[in-house]
Amino acid sequence: MSVSVVLLIVMAVLYACGIYLLLERSMTRVLLGFLLVGNATNLLILIMAGKAGLAPIVADGVTADEMTDPLPEALILTAIVITFGVSAFLMALIYRSWRLAREDNLEDDADDIAMRDGSMIIPGEGSDDPSSGPDEPDTEFPVHTEGGDAR
Amino acid sequence: MNVLVPLVVLVPLVGAATALILGKSPRAQRLVAILALAIVLVIGSVMLWAVDTVGPLMMEVGGWAAPFGIVLIVDRLAALMVVVSAIVLLAVLIFSIGQGLADGDRETPVSIYYPAYLILATGVFNAFIAGDLFNLYVGFEILLVSSYVLITLGGTEARIRAGTTYIVVSLVSSMLFLASIAMIYGAVGTVNIAQISLRMQDIPVDVQILLHIMLLVAFGIKAAIFPLSFWLPDSYPTAPAPVTAVFAGLLTKVGVYAIIRTETIIFPGSELNTPLMIVALLTMVIGVLGAVAQADIKRLLSFTLVSHIGYMILGISLGSEIGTAAAIFYIVHHIVVQTTLFLSTGLIERQGGSTSITKLGGLLKAAPVIAVLFFVPALNLGGIPPFSGFIGKLALFEATAEQGTALAWVLIGAGALVSLLTLYALMRVWNLAFWRPAEDVEGYESDLLDNVREAPGAGTVQKKRTIPALMIGATAGMVVVSLALTVFAGPLFGISARAGENLETPDTYVQIVFPGGADD
Repeated sequence: MSVSVVLLIVMAVLYACGIYLLLERSMTRVLLGFLLVGNATNLLILIMAGKAGLAPIVADGVTADEMTDPLPEALILTAIVITFGVSAFLMALIYRSWRLAREDNLEDDADDIAMRDGSMIIPGEGSDDPSSGPDEPDTEFPVHTEGGDAR
Repeated sequence: MNVLVPLVVLVPLVGAATALILGKSPRAQRLVAILALAIVLVIGSVMLWAVDTVGPLMMEVGGWAAPFGIVLIVDRLAALMVVVSAIVLLAVLIFSIGQGLADGDRETPVSIYYPAYLILATGVFNAFIAGDLFNLYVGFEILLVSSYVLITLGGTEARIRAGTTYIVVSLVSSMLFLASIAMIYGAVGTVNIAQISLRMQDIPVDVQILLHIMLLVAFGIKAAIFPLSFWLPDSYPTAPAPVTAVFAGLLTKVGVYAIIRTETIIFPGSELNTPLMIVALLTMVIGVLGAVAQADIKRLLSFTLVSHIGYMILGISLGSEIGTAAAIFYIVHHIVVQTTLFLSTGLIERQGGSTSITKLGGLLKAAPVIAVLFFVPALNLGGIPPFSGFIGKLALFEATAEQGTALAWVLIGAGALVSLLTLYALMRVWNLAFWRPAEDVEGYESDLLDNVREAPGAGTVQKKRTIPALMIGATAGMVVVSLALTVFAGPLFGISARAGENLETPDTYVQIVFPGGADD
């Protein structure tokens, strides 16, 4: 199988940059990283298709050997659509996160901070932190109740 | 009969679209959702009967012949998984309808809940019947994208934070899966699983191992196998109770299902069996050690979930017919029991106002029904005879003992220990939340609480709410199903054994797709 060096290098660079961005804390960068990694994977599929050739249309004088393999292109199209949908969802998530916290960064896990500081709450010593209780309404929209059980 | 195969995907998908159109009328949405899943359950049961008595079902989508078109395949394993998933999805749906009716979800954006739930079902069923690696990827994406919606449902800060971890981890695993498909296509020039199975034998062993590891890592993240399991206990407990129940029951098992297919049909060799056994050992032990240290029941159950995935990987890693059969039986048992436990935890949360064992007390007196609904699946998960958990573990240990290596005996010992520790963690919940009188909760001193750590902010007491009969009914239904697994363990294990037999001879699978032999 012959491989185009240019495509290979582009793929490697896209993967490297994408993975670097995925490891960032800012959600927007994670989104960009996801897009880069997604495109790198699409390039990988394209590379796996082998040598480029004529359009895969059955016509006079074109043998199967001269045609491009059409299946990877179909796979890439599907993958692009999926990446598109997921990026749209990620953008909605980032916007929601920004609406709530006015910042783009993924916060530390409260558990991890507590474990690092050695200040995990040991039951019985009673120090309740009511900051993020599960009793908050699930939505920012008005909650309508049927049973009169207003929260 | 083959006509039934695509219906398990089509019915929930059309149901989801209908439910989305009916967004203004929750009552119609509920009806559509229940109807769609009930139809799938009936179709699945018919298919299971047909597959077990007549033979496997196969459908070439669009009429394109096998290596060129997409094939959908229902063998014993796929049919069994479809039936169990349909039961679980239906029970959880009824549970969430009960919860929605009581709390009132009218005019809130939760009207997307039922469509998203049905699309999740579509993805799960599609993954089970896919006979094509790329179609399996599409099935995974369908279920993952709808799980992103469900885990961030309502968009509270806690759920967005937990959901972000889950989503980013899942995205990485999907990309890895897609890259592995690309590499496999490059190596063998096909994405049809049966054809991959035929051609993979001619590929050099080192390339095979590379492709094998890539697929296993991609599926391992989804199945939450140590060391790829860190995301699960962090993200599952924050979702709404029914969502957590269905995620815990089904999503990880879809990953395990894909690992079974990988290990038996795509790479039937045994090069990676020993590393898989070690991974199974670590998953079991480290998972349960996490569970022992948790005060919150939901987090505790998430850790036992990770731990018990180890048992399934153990069965798969044996590479024998009986090992695979035991793993399949264990998957069925675990889907049902883990979902039931999460549902009864949802009931505990409503009754006691908390899911932390440091805050709960006196539930046996206050709600004896919930006590029974928690106690039976807890014993079952802990592996107490005569429940299906005991039967599954016994079958696994027997299969492992057949190997007779030192590592196999270590795994049996670890498996027994993990089972005891699971029982310890669950019985501690029982002692504190149910048996302890409510008035003792303040300033309670006990050895049981010595090593328990609680997350800051967790365990806040919320308002106690009434429990609708539908929620009790759905949970009780799941308990009955888990008991039925015990009563009908013989026939069920028979099906699992025949499924294991089929899987360990990949030719059977290839024969389904290419009845006349492949012109390779």
